Formats: sequence, C-alpha cells, structure tokens
Amino acid sequence: MTVLSDRQQLSYIAAQAADARLNVELETEGMTLNIGPQHPATHGTLRIIARLDGEQVVWAEPGCGYMHRGYEKLTEVRTFPQVTSLINRIDWLGSFANEVPFILAAEQLMEIEAPPRAQWIRTILFELSRIANVSLFLGDLGVQMGAITPVFLAFRDREYVLNLIEGATGGRFHPNFDRIGGLKEDLPAGWVAETRQVMRKMRQFCDEIEDLLFGNEIFQSRMRGIGVIPADVARQYGLTGANLRASGVDWDLRRDQSLPMAWDKVDFKVWTHPDGDSFARCWVRLQETREATKIVEQLLDTMPAGPVMAKVPRIIKVPEGEAWVSTENPLGEMGYYVVSKGDLGPFRVKIRSASFNNISVVPWVLKGVYVPDIITILASLYFILGDIDR
Amino acid sequence: MVVPLSETTDTAPPVALPGDGLREQVIDLLRSELGEGLVDTHLIPQTDLWVRVDRSVWRRTAEVLRSAGFDHFCFISAIDWLPSPFGRGEDDPSDPPPERSTEIVQGYAGGETRFQMLARLTDTNRHLGVNIKCDVPTEDVVVDSWVQVFAGANWHERETHEMFGIGFAGHPDLRNMYLPGDFEGYPLRKDFPLLARMVKPWPGIVDVEPMPVADADETSSDETPAVTPDGDQS
Repeated sequence: MTVLSDRQQLSYIAAQAADARLNVELETEGMTLNIGPQHPATHGTLRIIARLDGEQVVWAEPGCGYMHRGYEKLTEVRTFPQVTSLINRIDWLGSFANEVPFILAAEQLMEIEAPPRAQWIRTILFELSRIANVSLFLGDLGVQMGAITPVFLAFRDREYVLNLIEGATGGRFHPNFDRIGGLKEDLPAGWVAETRQVMRKMRQFCDEIEDLLFGNEIFQSRMRGIGVIPADVARQYGLTGANLRASGVDWDLRRDQSLPMAWDKVDFKVWTHPDGDSFARCWVRLQETREATKIVEQLLDTMPAGPVMAKVPRIIKVPEGEAWVSTENPLGEMGYYVVSKGDLGPFRVKIRSASFNNISVVPWVLKGVYVPDIITILASLYFILGDIDR
Repeated sequence: MVVPLSETTDTAPPVALPGDGLREQVIDLLRSELGEGLVDTHLIPQTDLWVRVDRSVWRRTAEVLRSAGFDHFCFISAIDWLPSPFGRGEDDPSDPPPERSTEIVQGYAGGETRFQMLARLTDTNRHLGVNIKCDVPTEDVVVDSWVQVFAGANWHERETHEMFGIGFAGHPDLRNMYLPGDFEGYPLRKDFPLLARMVKPWPGIVDVEPMPVADADETSSDETPAVTPDGDQS
C-alpha cells in the first residue's frame, strides 16, 4: 500500500475538483456538432449544424447553398429548347424526369400535344430514371448503417438501367432527349426486348435488397420508430413523393392528375405506409421501384406505333401565358411555373424541386433525436444536393 | 404487340371535369371569406386556377384555404414583372445598348405593381391546386409571413427574401440561404445583371437559326417543317 503525503493528497483532491468543474461547465454549455459540408452522409455538400445536449440533438439546421447554380436566373437568358440542358442537372440521378414537366408546361402554353408514341416513350424513360435513381438510394442506405454490400449490388444493377437510357438517348446521366412536341428520336432496334430483361433483373435486385437490408435486424432497429413525421406536419412542410406517402397520405401525381403522359393507361399501385418513420420511407421507395418495373413492362406491351414528334415550328415561340406543371419525380413533386411573354425564351421560371421542401423539415424532425440517428434520418429523407440548391 | 395509332388517338368529346366545379367553389369561398380582399381571379377550364388577393389579406388567404382543405404547401416565390433592361443577354457589348420597353405587363389575374407574390397550395384529397398572387408595392416591399400557417413556408420565404428583396413581416429568421450574408443586390430582380452575359454574349443564341444544308429544299415552302429545334445539333 502506498502512503501519500499530505501535499500529494491535497493536489489529488484539487485535480479531481477541477475536472468536475470542467465537466459541469461542458454539460451546461452543450456542444455544437458540424456535419459537413464534406461528409459522406450528405451526398454532396450539405452542412448540418446540430446543437447537442449529451447525445441528444436540441437544435439542428441544414446549411444549403454550396451548390447553388442560379438556374432560375439562367433560364431567363436561354431559349425554350435550350432550357432542358440546364434543368437536366437539377436531380442528376433522374435527369430525364426533370425535363418532362418543363416540356409539358411549354406544350401546354403552345397548345400542342406530343403524339401517343412519344408519350409512351416519355413515360417509359421517366420510370427508368426513377428506377436508376431509387436503386442507388436503396444501395446507399446500407452504407449509412455500415453495410457495404448493398451499394455494390446497386451500382452493378443500376448500370443495366443506365445502359438502357444511354441506348435510347445517347446520354447516361444527362439525356437532354425531350423536345417540345415529342422526342428527339425513336427507340433503337432491340431496345424493347432488352428492357424487358432488365426489368426482370431489377425486380430480382429489389428482392435481394429486401432480403439483405429490410429483413436485417440491425437495419430495423436503426430505422423503426426513428424520425417519425406525422401526416399533418408532412403536409405543412410540403413533403412529397415517398416521404409523404410514408406518412400515410395517399397522393401520387402520376395517378391524381391528368397529363398527356401514359400513366393513366397502365395499372399500378400507389404504396403508402402508416408509420411515417425512417423505415416506412425506405420501404415505400422499395415498393415503388418494383411498381415502376411493372409500369415499364405494361407500357412496352401497349406501345403504339407512329411518329415521335408533333408538327412544331422550327423556331419555337411560346405564346404569352402562365403554366404550372408538376410530375411525380423520383424524389417527389417537381414542378415548373413558367411565365412566357410570347418570346423565344421564358420570362420567368420558378423551379419547385422536391428535395428543397423535403429537407426543410429537417430542423423539425431532428429535434430530440440521438446523434447516430441524424445520419439515418437524412438518408431516409433522400435528397439530391442539386435538387435542394438548384 | 403494336397497337395501331387510330386506337389510341381517338379522343372522347370534351366533358366538363369535376375539377372546374370545385375551382368555382373555391372562388366563391374566397369571395365570401375575403370580400374586397379578393381582387381578381382567372380560371382556365380543366387546367388551373389563379386568384389575386390584396396584400392586407395575404395571410388570411392562407388560413382560409388551409381550413378549406388546401393543407399541402407547395411553394412561395415571387415574380418581377419589369422587362429585363438587358434583354436576353445577346447584345454585343461593343454596340450601343438597344432601346427596350420598360412597360410592365402582368400575367394572369392582372396586377398593378412590379413585384408580385406567387404561391401555390394543393388539396391532396380533392386533387386540386390553386395559384395565389398578391401585389407588393415597390416603395414598401413587405408582405405578411405564412410561417404561422404553414411551417414549410419558412425556407421559401427566406429564399424569396434573398432573391427578390421582399420582406416578410412575422418571419422568425430571414437569413440568407445561398448567398454570403453581406451580399448586395437581389439576384432574381430583372435589373440585376447576369454578369457572365454582360462581358460576352451567349453564343448559343444563334443555334435557333435554321441549318443551311438541311433547309435547302424546305425554305421555299410556307409550311413549317416538323423537325426538332434542338439547340445542340451540329
């Protein structure tokens, strides 16, 4: 047994007391945690500032704007056909779906409609970009929880869909294929048969992911009951897409509005989930991917023959007027409010992107959660940086 | 299987969809609730509805519509109706600046001011949307905030404040979202120049002119050719 001198004993007591004081001070002040702008969980450059009390978040705020490109201003100096190459880059994982609502708005103002075959191919490409987009989400979901395998499966199988998009449009990520009045070209030979094969593969991929991830106990315990968004909060914040449907609101723009697209010609189910938690949001997306493969197959079965381009003047002048067209994009409702003054280009375009609204709920939903759940909640809300900042 | 074209292009004669009746109900409701506050309406059958309200009832409109079922918040933004003094940025900077019209012409449902608020609410049960506009006088660019009615309006109003310089009375925190805090000017106002276009005119503007080879036989006929006017052909 060591014998301590009086002086040693006193210094020991003083050191303990100083440590204790320090701890008390830390506890009362809390701690600010900065996630991002460069963080793997933010899919780009989103910054989350979270104030913590112990392990719990008491206040959180996303900082956007690291990728703001000013598309609304840039559209004012472009002609109508040139705008599509810009808005391709908003949600870069589902680019074709970005072009469609803008083109539909311009067509609505010009009072023209694409021929049926073009509507069919548009809808098919739209759903293919949904599959490509959401399959990457499903793979990436595992990474946020430490499971590496699903992301490799996702990158492997997404490639099949991207090859299809490239085969039809010439662009893997930025097709720029939609035109006012129809499409740039018809489908290449052999594309339909290949698409059928890929759709079967993608359903297998969904089954794989469902087994690997959704049945996994760790996944369930990290996701179930975490980050619950009730339906009325979801509506107030303007959440759309799977985030809204996971809160039990049955609202899908593919079914609930009439557009000159082919969704009303097929039979599909709109999946909802009553829970509103992280698990529900991911689960709804998985079901939607399956549903999208079925939509594509049905459309391939019923595709009409004919031209893919309506008669439009070579120099496009859109008549004076205003139009709002929105569609159910992979991330949610994406809409364009187009104001035309009868000129070559739009006078003003308001881009209503899905992620901007979906992420605006983050300060609300992160209040009171634990630090590790920040990552899973962000992942389950699913945003694309370009879709927030535009 | 290929379905013949005729089977899919046959369209039924246009019938009045239930949507138009509901839209008229919305107009009636707003008229009875807001009275003089409802300035103008514009209804395009089977397409969409625009209403313009007075600035004094801007927040009340949101409350009325929300309790009438329009409880899904879509967006808030604004429109600057001043024609751009810089045109489309196609001028050669070495030439003297061309004369441009400065006449302000508002769109659907009219208007009297240069700045107009633009918002949209959706009814997810009846599958209906309504566009709401509101004049904002240039000398006092402030409207009431919607944050107390729709919490999601928070970010949209911050963005509108930053881009158009429109103030929101009652907003908790009007910080900039995208730009640095000390940025001067409001980028989406029409008199804010797009500097990249000021120093060099956009070369892409010439793409809309017909290609010389493809048009050799088509330019003689009056008929407009059904070809794609895409900008990236070469």
